[in-house]
Amino acid sequence: MIYDAVIIGAGVTGCAIARELSRMKLSVLLTDRENDVACGATRANSAIIHAGYDPEPGTLMARLNVEGCRLTGEICEKLDVPFKRVGSLVLAFSDEDMKTIRRLYENGVANGVPEIRLIDRDELRRLEPNVSENALGALLAPSAGIIDPWGFAIAMAENAVVNGVEYKLRFKVTSIERETTDSGTLFTVSAENGETVKARYVINAAGVHSGEIAKLGLFGTSDDPGFRIVPSKGQYFILDKTQGRLFSRVMFQCPSAVGKGVLVSPTIHGNLIVGPDAVTTDEPDNTGTTKAALDFVRSAAARTTGKIVYRDNIRNFAGVRPNSDQKDFIIAPSAAEPHFINVAGIKSPGLSSAPAIALEVLKLLENAGLELVRKDDFIETRRVTRFRHMDNEARAKLVAEHPEFGRVICRCETVTEGEIIAALHSPITPVSIDGVKRRCNAGMGRCQGGFCGPRVLELMVRELGISPEDVLKDRDGSWIVRLRDEQV
Amino acid sequence: MDIRYDVIVIGGGPAGLAAALEANKNGAGRVLILERDKELGGILNQCIHNGFGLHYFKEQLTGPEYAHRFIAMLEGTGIEVKTDTMALAVTPDKRVWAMSTADGYRCFEAGAVILAMGCRERTRGAISIPGERPSGVFTAGAAQRYLNIEGYMVGRRVLILGSGDIGLIMARRLTLEGAKVLAVCELMPYSNGLKRNIAQCLEDYDIPLYLSHTVTDIRGHSRLEGVTVSRVDEKLAPIPGTEMDFECDTLLLSVGLIPENELSRSAGVPIDSRTNGAVVWQDRQTGLDGIFSCGNVLHVHDLVDFVTQESMIAGRAAAEYVKAGGFKVPDASRTVTLLNGSGVSYTVPQKIAFDRAEDSVEVFFRVRTTFGPSEIAVLHGGERLAGFSRPQLLPAEMERITLPKALLKNAAGGDLTIEIRPKDQGASK
Repeated sequence: MIYDAVIIGAGVTGCAIARELSRMKLSVLLTDRENDVACGATRANSAIIHAGYDPEPGTLMARLNVEGCRLTGEICEKLDVPFKRVGSLVLAFSDEDMKTIRRLYENGVANGVPEIRLIDRDELRRLEPNVSENALGALLAPSAGIIDPWGFAIAMAENAVVNGVEYKLRFKVTSIERETTDSGTLFTVSAENGETVKARYVINAAGVHSGEIAKLGLFGTSDDPGFRIVPSKGQYFILDKTQGRLFSRVMFQCPSAVGKGVLVSPTIHGNLIVGPDAVTTDEPDNTGTTKAALDFVRSAAARTTGKIVYRDNIRNFAGVRPNSDQKDFIIAPSAAEPHFINVAGIKSPGLSSAPAIALEVLKLLENAGLELVRKDDFIETRRVTRFRHMDNEARAKLVAEHPEFGRVICRCETVTEGEIIAALHSPITPVSIDGVKRRCNAGMGRCQGGFCGPRVLELMVRELGISPEDVLKDRDGSWIVRLRDEQV
Repeated sequence: MDIRYDVIVIGGGPAGLAAALEANKNGAGRVLILERDKELGGILNQCIHNGFGLHYFKEQLTGPEYAHRFIAMLEGTGIEVKTDTMALAVTPDKRVWAMSTADGYRCFEAGAVILAMGCRERTRGAISIPGERPSGVFTAGAAQRYLNIEGYMVGRRVLILGSGDIGLIMARRLTLEGAKVLAVCELMPYSNGLKRNIAQCLEDYDIPLYLSHTVTDIRGHSRLEGVTVSRVDEKLAPIPGTEMDFECDTLLLSVGLIPENELSRSAGVPIDSRTNGAVVWQDRQTGLDGIFSCGNVLHVHDLVDFVTQESMIAGRAAAEYVKAGGFKVPDASRTVTLLNGSGVSYTVPQKIAFDRAEDSVEVFFRVRTTFGPSEIAVLHGGERLAGFSRPQLLPAEMERITLPKALLKNAAGGDLTIEIRPKDQGASK
């Protein structure tokens, strides 16, 4: 089998590219080193769709952010992904900050951000009564939104798979060879486990590892892909839904050299998110949290509001941003190979830009000679049953027709057995309790899977026909239980 | 199917069972228990150790045995039970939305509702333990369920954070199952478990207990590989340089319980931020007319016997409520509000209405810290109305005092403060 294209990395960028390619009459393979899609920065970030006033006008980032922000709304509607345009505010606490938000406003206008405007202190307090007294004014961007980021990536990957894209997980790329054949360039991509795949085009969407993959795409001609990935870790608090109504909008502080600053925001699931800090790290796969960083986040967030009750914290996490030493996204063919496209350094606002990045990549592939012919049977939509969002009448009807939706498994998030069964038989089979969580929210709530964990495990054993010992919490090796001696 | 009941009890654990039985005994005609699990008994079903029932039955029972005593009493009472049924909403006008695979999604109407949903465990997130997020970090109760109900082992080398009773019980249980329990660490300078559990679960098995210690780092990319434990200072902050590394594949957290009041909150029941349970009158009626609360959903108890006792109060009151066609709103001049004085973290009940009170009212409370010989003083307007002597007071052990109605009347229309006066200090005043 020779694929037309292989995508290395199934984060939100890779998944968006896979979905766009699945519209075309092409054979495509989506790969990832982990045991599921959306396992890197996609699952550990602020879960914000940015309006697009931050990037410098004229950059790729500025254009793709604004376009991506618009497209995200369309895709989420088609694929039934939780997304809400709640708007964002950048708060100013000083004269210096007031200058910054004016500059951001001008950026936003230049970038084509819709309905952006500066608001004064009174209006800010009316919109967000819980904001600190010290905030003097703010920049309001109504098009910004909150999203389920891994749900967004999974939805696009599933939609791609439904439309014929194949996927291969646990495929950690270690080498890529190229040869010239009668029908053009042919790549052989090899993984750590010895597996190989062949393809005519390679797309490097490997996130924090995109620098290493980019080097493989130089095919020995050089050692310098022209950029360097500088991973940057950010840490967060997720608070109980009791805190979720503190603000209606995403509350940013003024950006600094290291990032967009600590934000406080409702999440699409109804919780409150607080974070992140930004610290350069040389361990891109270590998403551990530290007390020092979490303390920093708390003290920084205290500028925005003093009303966060950290006693109601339910989870801390860290994500690693695939930042680079370049100011802009790197979306271009390898210097050594036109059929090898780097999509690297997709830092913030990468999530917001992903749908637009995918369209950009298709243009590059077409320029490089890949023929893009649309399918006429592309399936564009997906529907998901979410019991918790249904009204009484719809619930009664659903349970009468499908009794498995009448049993609540995750009580904190009101997720039913029917929804978990649907997740287990979805186009990309989850192999872990966290994989199930990312697909239907079971275990995301205040008890963090304490009650539903054993029951989800039982359903995985029953539905997937696997041993309890093989049910993972998350990554490979993250076993949960062992059988007792007499059971083995 | 008739959807109208005199009393609907939400939760079929020890609280719900006792409340339902007592409501029935006191004349409530149609009583319904809604239980989300497949069996009645609640968390008792996974508590296969003994020590239950010493107060109530005057004998030592296991958790399932204790539950079974009450389940057996249901026979012949006419109390209806719906298991595998989840209550999803309670409204202030006492409608209950519930769902099961057998009966579908339905709305019931009740003359009175008793909230008896129990509690859940605090998690790693609640105490923000830093580090990586591998598998192998369990709340003690979740591990207990895996072991005692599902029959799986959760690991081989175990560290336990928190010396609450579940943590202590699990230290012994895992040891008996062949795991190596390396230590139990406790943030506070005293244990949060019952004294008998320290002796029987740790000392008998030579498991060290590190007081004033906490977990400060968790390592492992996939399964837990190790944790770091540090000593803490008086402000509970970890002291640099005191780190101890433990190589282990399992970390159990027994770091407290939280009443599970999401249904209560969405119904609009006023909640006491100190108990995380409803604010109640002495008969366990909440701030919403005809809605009662009892057991661990009201405040976390140490012993199931006390849960039973409290739930009987609620069951009896719910039956009275239904028979009387509702309670009159008590005249403010005939009520007393209980306040937490120095050393007291909460009281239950928080309010007393004379007209519904019996000859005396039992008040449950907890102290904030450990006290030696002390007096529990009951004050009204600065004046000491009564005092109760205790040789020792521990935050881990719930205290009770009984206030006669005659005493309460001295504070009619006002408040009573309960405070702890250490003996030596009291003498100098």
